[in-house]
Amino acid sequence: MSENPNNWPLWEIFIQSKRGLDHKHVGSLHAADADMAIENARDVYTRRQEGNSIWVVKSEQIHASRPEDAESFYDPADDKVYRHPTFYTMPEGAKYI
Amino acid sequence: MTEVKNLEELFQAKIDAEQKIEPKDWMPDAYRKNLVRQISQHAHSEVVGMLPEGNWISRAPSLKRKAILLAKVQDEAGHGLYLYSAVETMGTSREQTIDDLLSGKAKYSSIFNYPTLTWADIGAVGWLVDGAAIMNQVMLCRTSYGPYARAMVRICKEESFHQRQGYEIMAVLAKGSPEQKEMAQDALNRWWWPSLMMFGPTDANSPHSAQSMKWKIKRQSNDELRQTFIDRTVQQAEVIGLSIPDPDLKWNEETKQYDWGAIDWTEFNNVVAGNGPCNKERLAARNKAHDEGAWVRDAAVAYAAKKAKRKAA
Repeated sequence: MSENPNNWPLWEIFIQSKRGLDHKHVGSLHAADADMAIENARDVYTRRQEGNSIWVVKSEQIHASRPEDAESFYDPADDKVYRHPTFYTMPEGAKYI
Repeated sequence: MTEVKNLEELFQAKIDAEQKIEPKDWMPDAYRKNLVRQISQHAHSEVVGMLPEGNWISRAPSLKRKAILLAKVQDEAGHGLYLYSAVETMGTSREQTIDDLLSGKAKYSSIFNYPTLTWADIGAVGWLVDGAAIMNQVMLCRTSYGPYARAMVRICKEESFHQRQGYEIMAVLAKGSPEQKEMAQDALNRWWWPSLMMFGPTDANSPHSAQSMKWKIKRQSNDELRQTFIDRTVQQAEVIGLSIPDPDLKWNEETKQYDWGAIDWTEFNNVVAGNGPCNKERLAARNKAHDEGAWVRDAAVAYAAKKAKRKAA
């Protein structure tokens, strides 16, 4: 992406704050390679024990859906209310359901 | 043309509905430009802000204070990085943003062009300068651009220790020997007015404010934030027995806030124009650090290449 080969590539950083939770995107940083990106991420994003696991992904490797297509892209879900539990009427008096 | 107008209307509708704008969303050029300028200035302020405090790391009065100051300065570097990363989501390269700082093209907060002459200045900077910055940053947690807002949430969480450690330094000095108390008062005298200037020109003289409010980049005006800061800080000064250097400061029972004296905007404009006490020194220090750090950047690239080669073999 950068024109100068001495510029470090950009990495997206994901932190898991606790075992059992998702890794969550926290931001990005530059580093020469993945190992250094992880070390930099530790210094930038976990100075107060915010995490115990770090994922780094080169930003150029991330492909995203297009916000301008959002309406048509997601409309298959628009008319399927029966995918939600609240769609169903439960008989009066039934428990644990 | 009609299409752009339509897009602008949709954009404004999103803002009005309190939806965040994300990097890949369409946005007016002026919104992008405005934010690139504001976020990068903010990032540069964090980075240049390390200099007046770094000045005291080696001379902190105790190991405890030294460790605290080191942690604070490291936080400022982190804050700069969160913000640089937010600027980058708008399509401006990191290299360009840094170059603009080093060449003197980009601005940073004028407050950092004042010198830290005594240890009490470190207290005053934390209490007043970080205090004023927090007022602004708490507001920016609700700014309309998603990556900026998220960076601000992170920064605000960390910033509160900065202000508290500064106020604690002032409180300890104010309770100390007469010389120490005098030192604290002197620092307050010198930092009070520049801190008030941090909120920017008065609303009447702030031409871009209206547009920034409409785009919800800003959520409160310069004057509103400044007034809240004064109302809170005066009470804190009273608690530790220091006096605010403003003879016109007076509680107004009707408005339930303080009336206060006039800011010397000539001084403000001079410092912004580059003629503050430390403008040249700060820029020279940043350039020196950048140049002297070149070997580290080169070494990292060489090391990454060597490792990649070894892995391939």
